[in-house]
Amino acid sequence: MPKLIKRCLPVLVGAGAVALGALIAAAWVRTQENGGAMTRAVLEALPDSGVSNPVTAVLLNFRGFDTLLEVAVLMLTLIAVWALDLRLPRTEALPPSPVFSSLLRFSGPLLVVIAGYLLWVGASEPGGAFQAGAVLAGGCLLLRLAGRWNPGARFVRWAVSVGLLVFLLTAIAMPGLTGGLLQYPPASAGMWILLIETAATVSIAAILAALFVAREPEGPRR
Amino acid sequence: MIEWWVDALVGLMMLWLAWQALTSPDLLRAVAMFVTFGLLVAIAWIRLGAPDVAIAEAAIGAGLTGALLLITIRRMEDQRNSGSLEKRRAKAD
Amino acid sequence: MMVADLYALVGVVLFVMGLSALILRSRDLQRILGLNIMGTGVFMLLVTSAHGDGQAADPVPHAMVLTGIVVAVSATAFALALSLARERHK
Repeated sequence: MPKLIKRCLPVLVGAGAVALGALIAAAWVRTQENGGAMTRAVLEALPDSGVSNPVTAVLLNFRGFDTLLEVAVLMLTLIAVWALDLRLPRTEALPPSPVFSSLLRFSGPLLVVIAGYLLWVGASEPGGAFQAGAVLAGGCLLLRLAGRWNPGARFVRWAVSVGLLVFLLTAIAMPGLTGGLLQYPPASAGMWILLIETAATVSIAAILAALFVAREPEGPRR
Repeated sequence: MIEWWVDALVGLMMLWLAWQALTSPDLLRAVAMFVTFGLLVAIAWIRLGAPDVAIAEAAIGAGLTGALLLITIRRMEDQRNSGSLEKRRAKAD
Repeated sequence: MMVADLYALVGVVLFVMGLSALILRSRDLQRILGLNIMGTGVFMLLVTSAHGDGQAADPVPHAMVLTGIVVAVSATAFALALSLARERHK
């Protein structure tokens, strides 16, 4: 009996897939009747948010708690990967080659500058902490592949936690200033958002790079 | 008027690349198809008016996920090679 | 509305393809690829539902998809680490 099921499985799954697809498509057509509900609300509240890019405003101001939890999820993933204690045999360093070293010399500083630009411009144009953190992680990984990036445990732990730390401290400090958890005072909201985003960029870059390395760094932990 | 077939092309290529990524027996080829798929998805985000998502998809979805997949393939080969070496050593003893 | 509809259809097909790959494929890496493509399908549906049809797009689903992309990459990283650990213990 199992052999028969195994042979029919692709057909069964295919039929089920088509049925599921039709169901989802029908549901999507239904939801289109009231789409874009939040656009006007967000655009009306945008001038008070401290930034002019609506996506950044939603991420860091209107739905700030979601982003806080997301940074926490990233950290949790890194802790879980470290807890797996993978004993990986060799390093990621590539054999030295002129092509790679010239690529590194050209793109390493460029990536850092692009990351800083994306972080800064995220307030008014497309960009922001996640994009900047990912680009910065790319730069760090390039250095790692060249064998020139081997930070000790203390640096990595601080870099990984600074984002969540700053975010949490800001959220807790807000009731003293405005009376609401993670509610920025409207005059300085842009500054608070930039502060949180900067710390988050460093953390996101560190976490993404550390997820790639997957080995817990050595060295003193404090 | 010129725009609808650009979207149709991007959509079709996305589907073809996803199919190739999911049905290639060679893992390296599958990952290469997946990274290209991610870049096309970034183009789709631009066409849908979501530039923030496009930047994040290109950097994280295509770039970083691709790097993670490739390094895992190499690590798995390393583990398999070193594992067989140990087995050969154990057999010889 | 045509642009959004087209990509929504692509999103549905991607989701279903990824789910089928998750069920049918045997190797860990192929299943993880399927999971990622499922996620991309869902994101496609979210963003096309936010399409403004020439006017401003709804930014809330954009923010959700941004969060989703980051969570997807961390889930992928953990899944890959798990499959490495599993290979080691075989």
